[in-house]
Amino acid sequence: MTATEQPLLVAEGLSKNYGARIGCRDVSLEVYPGEVLAVVGESGSGKSTLLSLLSTELAPTSGRVSYRLRDGALTDLASLGAAERRLLMRTDWGFVRQNPAEGLRMAVSAGGNVGERLMAVGWRHYGNIREEALDWLGRVEIAGDRIDDDPRAFSGGMRQRLQIARNLVTRPRLVFMDEPTGGLDVSVQARLLDLIRGLVTDLGLAVIIVTHDLAVARLLSHRMVVMRQGRVIETGITDQVLDDPREPYTQLLVSSVLAV
Amino acid sequence: MSASDVGGMPQITYNFAYLDEQTKRMIRRAILKAIAVPGYQVPFAAREMPMPYGWGTGGVQVTAAVLGRDDVLKVIDQGADDTTNAVAIRGFFEKTARVATTTSTTEATVIQTRHRIPETKLREDQILVYQVPIPEPLRFLEPRETETRQLHALAEYGLMHVKLYEDIARHGHIATTYAYPVEVAGRYVMDPSPIPKFDNPKMDDSPALQLFGAGREKRIYAIPPHTKVRSLDFEDHPFKVQRFAKPCALCGATGAYLDEVILDDKGGRMFVCSDTDFCNTRQEEGHRGEMGA
Repeated sequence: MTATEQPLLVAEGLSKNYGARIGCRDVSLEVYPGEVLAVVGESGSGKSTLLSLLSTELAPTSGRVSYRLRDGALTDLASLGAAERRLLMRTDWGFVRQNPAEGLRMAVSAGGNVGERLMAVGWRHYGNIREEALDWLGRVEIAGDRIDDDPRAFSGGMRQRLQIARNLVTRPRLVFMDEPTGGLDVSVQARLLDLIRGLVTDLGLAVIIVTHDLAVARLLSHRMVVMRQGRVIETGITDQVLDDPREPYTQLLVSSVLAV
Repeated sequence: MSASDVGGMPQITYNFAYLDEQTKRMIRRAILKAIAVPGYQVPFAAREMPMPYGWGTGGVQVTAAVLGRDDVLKVIDQGADDTTNAVAIRGFFEKTARVATTTSTTEATVIQTRHRIPETKLREDQILVYQVPIPEPLRFLEPRETETRQLHALAEYGLMHVKLYEDIARHGHIATTYAYPVEVAGRYVMDPSPIPKFDNPKMDDSPALQLFGAGREKRIYAIPPHTKVRSLDFEDHPFKVQRFAKPCALCGATGAYLDEVILDDKGGRMFVCSDTDFCNTRQEEGHRGEMGA
């Protein structure tokens, strides 16, 4: 068995209760290096709770999440100290949020936003930080002369692309995305998806993407997980699930998509 | 009728240095902890003082806690002994502690300061007490106190460099000129209070004990004597202090921090030492600048 066939992230029996209400119940899944996994379901189905659990932003009521660290050992994330976990989050992981204002520093220039992670891991040469930031702005199709503008002056699509650059600058291996195309108009969505798809392939990223938009899942993901009422009701290869849904709820979801 | 109100009005008596003994003990405990963990902001139960926040309530409480009967107190505000804030605080301790006061840096044992470090080199038997408005160096980048505490605990100071990065990106150089962040003893990043960055090098390896009190924010922190204090910078944009084109117009000093004084409405101006004691002492020694009398 080669290293690429071993899972990067493993969740086992994840449950989260908000008092008597269930956020997410008994979810197990695996993500492999370079794989894009889409989590779909309607609003309130537990998608975002699951993402927060996987990224250790929330502590599960029961179950555990393990991650293969750079040394190759699959490690229970709950066993890591706060410092190690935060280091992991700002180097090996990325988190692209639906609302760019949560994922960006709105009062800091684009270059500063991209450079923050570099400075956090010890870069102390202004010229090098700036060069790297320029390179990444180019990769996400933001003109170099916008490097000193702050994100408040950017359009929604640009903010989202800036957020992606900010996350990818430390070459993470796993990126969490929470509805990255939500709230963008359709043509901007299409360009952003194209960009994400290109970057994911080039960098061999593993991505866990939460979306309610089946078209996004179809375009980006290799595998998908369908959630309903906090449970995973169907998993499989994306095309297979979308073309030949097994569960009645999935069939309903697929048939609800408007065809123009 | 008790003895104290003979003559109509009751006489007010203060405990030594205004604060009660238990409060002073509490503040001393915070100070000891602050000295033990250089640069770390120790929370303390700051009291209401008979002056508004922003006028040095934190510094006054620290001074009250460290002051002894034999101490000689000096108070400066922007380097000057004769401005409102300095005069008021000096008067406060003359009245409540009956300690000797001075304007001379060399004679003083406790110096309370707002926004400057004296030009005269301090000694091991001196304590410098800073008045601090906002003790958290990360505050304007990260508004959440819970988060800034985490960042300090884990020594995650990338954010502090983001501020310096922004300076260079906007102005071509690090444009922060006061409250310039420093790293204390290789660990905590600290706000040195709004002193000009000109004074930052004086904090490094200083023989005097340096205490910082923030009354509104209820924090005390410290730099013990002979502690390494490093101003943050970039490899290709190293830390630099301000330089002045001309020497002091009154005493001719060159290596001192100067204030600009506007003389008329026709563009006339002069640059004079902000440290009044330093300037006066030099003039008494016979040094003269171009406008010196």
